[in-house]
Amino acid sequence: MEPPKGRGKLAQRDARFAWLMLLPTVIIVSLVVILPLFAIVWISVKPIDLGDLRPTTLVIRENFRTGDEVHEIEYRVRNSSQEASIADAGFTDIVPSEIELLELPESCSLSQGSNLDCDFGDIEGGFRERFSIPATITVSPDVAEDLAEESQPRVRGDADSVLTNTEFTFDNFRKLFDQKEFFTVLWTTLFYTFFGTVGALVFGLFAALLLNISFRGQGILRGFFLFPYVAPVIAVAFTWINLLDPFSGSINTLIVQMGLTEEAINFFGQRPLALIMVTLFEVWRYFPLSFLFILARMQAIDFDMYEAADMDGASPFQKFWYLSIPQLLGILSILFLLRFIWTFNKFDDIFLLTGGNAGTRTLTVNVYEQAFGISNIGAGAAVAVIIMLFLLLFSFFFFRFISQEEGL
Amino acid sequence: MKRLYYGYITGPLIGIFWTLVVSTSVSILMAFATGGAYLPTLWGSILSGLLLGLLAVRFQNHLIVIPAAFLVAIILPFVGLGPLAYGDSIPLSMQGISSLLFSIGTGWALVKYLTDCPWGNLTRHEFEECVIRFLTGSGMVFFTAIVLIPFYVMVMTSLKSQQALLLNPLDFSLEFEKGWGLLRSYFELFNDFNFGTYMITSFVVSITTVVITLLFSVPGAYAIARFRFAGQGALSRSILLIYMVPMIVLALPIYVVFSTTGLRNTIIGIILIYPVTTIPVSLYMLQGYFRGLPTEVEEAGLMDGLSRLVVIWKITLPLSLPAMASVSLYVFMIAWNEFLLAFMLLDDPKIFTLTRGVAMLNSSEIPRQHLMAGAVVSTVPIITIFMALERFMTRGLTAGSVKG
Repeated sequence: MEPPKGRGKLAQRDARFAWLMLLPTVIIVSLVVILPLFAIVWISVKPIDLGDLRPTTLVIRENFRTGDEVHEIEYRVRNSSQEASIADAGFTDIVPSEIELLELPESCSLSQGSNLDCDFGDIEGGFRERFSIPATITVSPDVAEDLAEESQPRVRGDADSVLTNTEFTFDNFRKLFDQKEFFTVLWTTLFYTFFGTVGALVFGLFAALLLNISFRGQGILRGFFLFPYVAPVIAVAFTWINLLDPFSGSINTLIVQMGLTEEAINFFGQRPLALIMVTLFEVWRYFPLSFLFILARMQAIDFDMYEAADMDGASPFQKFWYLSIPQLLGILSILFLLRFIWTFNKFDDIFLLTGGNAGTRTLTVNVYEQAFGISNIGAGAAVAVIIMLFLLLFSFFFFRFISQEEGL
Repeated sequence: MKRLYYGYITGPLIGIFWTLVVSTSVSILMAFATGGAYLPTLWGSILSGLLLGLLAVRFQNHLIVIPAAFLVAIILPFVGLGPLAYGDSIPLSMQGISSLLFSIGTGWALVKYLTDCPWGNLTRHEFEECVIRFLTGSGMVFFTAIVLIPFYVMVMTSLKSQQALLLNPLDFSLEFEKGWGLLRSYFELFNDFNFGTYMITSFVVSITTVVITLLFSVPGAYAIARFRFAGQGALSRSILLIYMVPMIVLALPIYVVFSTTGLRNTIIGIILIYPVTTIPVSLYMLQGYFRGLPTEVEEAGLMDGLSRLVVIWKITLPLSLPAMASVSLYVFMIAWNEFLLAFMLLDDPKIFTLTRGVAMLNSSEIPRQHLMAGAVVSTVPIITIFMALERFMTRGLTAGSVKG
């Protein structure tokens, strides 16, 4: 008999069930991850500022002015944007029956005795107008004022939003590459990423070697070594700033006292020291992770191998170099690649430590700096797109070399 | 290298390096504890280390080397070659304490390092064992120092007054006579800066994030791990890919959308967005775990006529409770520590999370001990949870968190 071919009923049902279970996750993740990624690409080719996020509208204020006999309702109208125009702009307002409008301006009309409608047609950016409508009232001026201002005028008009129109530009990218600064940023990112990753790996390897020997208190020490990673980044970043402050930091006082330097060092304020310091912070904060992974791998190495090596007279360093390191190479390379990507993505740490000043601006900090520092969302998005291109490159390597080992 | 394989050479060499480590550590320790001027000396340490290394190899006995180290520490300064030097204002008692620390640190450890290290010829084995013990000791001191010092300074600064800090930034000795006044910064944080509310907000946000994350990722991870369906490979790859997208890249469009829809500056917005950042991680961790569970148990259940959902509910979930605990803790930690989104999306001090609240304290008008007290307040809960559930936490970390 031949084995069954194709997909049976059960398999099909299982597949449907699987998709059903996955559906909520897929929907929500695409909503909040995939869509924003498209949005980023979209915004990056738009000439858009932070201020453009608010849609362009007609802004209107209504005022009741009391006169001797004839009173006035005053309307002040303006375009919220200085540049963008609004098509078919206008407003409607309900005039209370206690107020009778005497003469209407050309652009306005009154229907059903109480519906005031004013139309301005297409208006330019920076449009501004005020006009008054004389009126008589049948109640006291104060009551009339309240009544008049109670009914809010409704504005209308079609404004073209920069976010949704079809105007595209490569200006954001062009400007980005024109700046010499961009390549400094790129170089800073690579330095930070490479040395941060390697440093964390090396420190993690050493820490794992220390704790791979069983002794009393080993568990506690292992937990303790993880503190830098578990504590909130904002807490440890501010502690580092505090510790290394040039005027009242303990470290500076200590090294001056020890005679290592004549005067205090501004660790986070001068090039290239600031970059080295943020890299050291990265190493300090993330060595626990590599430490944990390497330790887990070390404890899984077959002990027999070491015993055999002992029999053959291998010395401790030889055992480390010829037995442990080859066994750890797999986890080390996975860690390197993954940590490289995360470090490349890192934003909080540098943002908190230096705000990207003193030569520490990496690509991610640049996204923030462009979008919020100089309010140019388009330029920020352009940097983000560049980050994503880098990530595509990295993930290519990742899936090429790692996924077989990870079984994904 | 071979020339080093003699006890009388290895011993003094290790003695010198270790003494440098100890005198530096003792100086830093004393300076951080009292604020006084303590410094290690290069030539003094080398001389003492040489002597102590020789003694340790010769006698292999604590009872000889520790007193010898104490003598070295108090006699050598008279010829200007002490391993430690003191500032003018250091009282004799403090000098005595540092000498004592120094002698225990050098004597006790050197004898440990140099056991089985005979005076004469060494085998390569014996030599390397000694060196490794020395490197282990130095490594312990180094790692403990770099982890401990920042947290020590964080806590101590929060207990000091502004004047005392400016007077001597190194002086972390506590003024116990102030009593409860020591905790002034904390009282002010909770009374004037609403930190109690922030803490509750942070707890609520973090726990809600954990619950929502699990609701979405448990079925998803199970489906990826157990079923075979078209698009499975692509899906599990895209999970990892999404896991790699940096937050700042997402934060920008999220900011734009939240600003235009009015979700910015609301807790709802935060609760909507946090789980999305954690679901991919959680999916990745859980599917790895589900894959490791034996399918036979589930198949037995299916054979007995249970439906797939009942099997998941009655068999798989109870089996994966430890994994879910790990994932929950890890997600809780991510949500608790999250800073960027809270910083960008929350402006109203009434609804700050704890990390956002600490960011608010970073201003030149607010004294620094308040900032450090805020740091302590945000750190203590997560560290406590971590210590209490360390087993789950470390497993959670190793399972999925190559993410930082």
